[in-house]
Amino acid sequence: MRDMPTELSPVPWAHTPAAAPVLETRGLGFVAGGRSLIRGIDLGIRPGRRTVIMGANGAGKSLLLRLMHGLIRPTKGEVLWRGAPLDRTARDAQAMVFQRPVMLRRSVRANLRFALSVRGFAGAERAEREMQALEQARLQDLAHRPARVLSGGEQQRLALARALATAPEILFLDEPTASLDPASTKAVEDLVARAHASGVTVVMVTHDLGQARRLADDVIFLHEGTIAEAGPASVLLTAPRSGPARAWIDGRLYLDDRKS
Amino acid sequence: MQSEHGILAAALGLILSGDADLIEIVVLSLRVTLSAVLLSCVIGLPLGAAVGAWRFPGRGLIAVVLNALMGLPPVVVGLAVYLMLSAAGPFGPLRLLYTPSAMIIAQTILVTPIVAALTRQAVEDMDREYSEQFASLGVGPMRRLSALLWDARIGLLTVALAGFGRAVAEVGAVMIVGGNINHVTRVMTTTIALETSKGNLQLALALGVVLLMLALIVNAGVMAVRGVSARAAHA
Repeated sequence: MRDMPTELSPVPWAHTPAAAPVLETRGLGFVAGGRSLIRGIDLGIRPGRRTVIMGANGAGKSLLLRLMHGLIRPTKGEVLWRGAPLDRTARDAQAMVFQRPVMLRRSVRANLRFALSVRGFAGAERAEREMQALEQARLQDLAHRPARVLSGGEQQRLALARALATAPEILFLDEPTASLDPASTKAVEDLVARAHASGVTVVMVTHDLGQARRLADDVIFLHEGTIAEAGPASVLLTAPRSGPARAWIDGRLYLDDRKS
Repeated sequence: MQSEHGILAAALGLILSGDADLIEIVVLSLRVTLSAVLLSCVIGLPLGAAVGAWRFPGRGLIAVVLNALMGLPPVVVGLAVYLMLSAAGPFGPLRLLYTPSAMIIAQTILVTPIVAALTRQAVEDMDREYSEQFASLGVGPMRRLSALLWDARIGLLTVALAGFGRAVAEVGAVMIVGGNINHVTRVMTTTIALETSKGNLQLALALGVVLLMLALIVNAGVMAVRGVSARAAHA
């Protein structure tokens, strides 16, 4: 019955004997302007995994990400971080990169320093993390340039390095490569892969089926504000069972065929 | 009756010869104006930023009031400060009436709403852009304020400039609370008004020229600083 979105669907991986979810949502709902944009979302994000959230425009992907990160308060249900409501501890363990990187009107390095200061890093450790982040993002030569004159790809690398510099346990990514060319997309994906390899849990929204194939361990497919289907990427991206996911993935393949 | 050419020549003569009275008046004008602008920035920048960046009840009302106060009639402010500082007023014992301090107070009251209202707008626009990133990082209210003020610094230079323009050109309020006393509270604008009414057009015109030049120089200076810092920060 996985393909039928229900008001209280089970936690998608409740049956798996893997590690307990690091982040859970229970009966998550969000209503705005009389419209129910997200409803009845129960999910668990397993530590160390890369979870990709997919779905059509307006399915509620970005909203779900923001609810999980605590940027928006749900109108129904709750988000739990290690079994407890979101608080300062949860905030400090999380980081997010937006589709359009938000750069302060300061130098590249000052942008890193700001984020690190907010998260309580100071002195030699902060300086060291700044250098590491610059190196990771391959922006050492641009450290003193104003961040906002960098190219889109450089800014997104900086945004990602800034997020990772604060040593998050979980990284939320909202279509981080949506407006980037293939080379920049590759650079961002490499950074995500390195973060994941070092143990960071990744939750990412994407439209890009290829990206999902490259990066996802688990996939959550949203349809009109509910989970249409959720499961391991190997299953969901090859043999989706729910109507919306199947139609979407088939349609995408069909388009890809026509292109080539 | 002197010809207009004669008056202008005499005015330029006064400026070029470095007339002592003229210099005294210009220096007092600048002292009063710059003090008022500085005080207005100290009060208005954080106030405007707080209204622009924080969410609290009554925020919209304060924004409306600040905007409305930008158009405060100077003579009304002069009258109010006069009543406060006069011997019978609550601050009478401070004996500030007819001193440059009284003029600074009046101008600060006039300029602070301008600084605060324009700062609110600049900070609010920037906050809209930054708010999700700040929320994601967990930026606290005080750091949010200082970060927004710092990042809006180039736009805020123009805000201070608008305040300077209002203060340096103001005549009604400083006339009432300063009294236009020679060698004590006589500034450029009040002198121009007085000397014109006396028919002493050389000094009036000379001061007018200085006033215009000051406005030009200050504007050019701020534009230059804006240009340099814009290149450094790309606002």
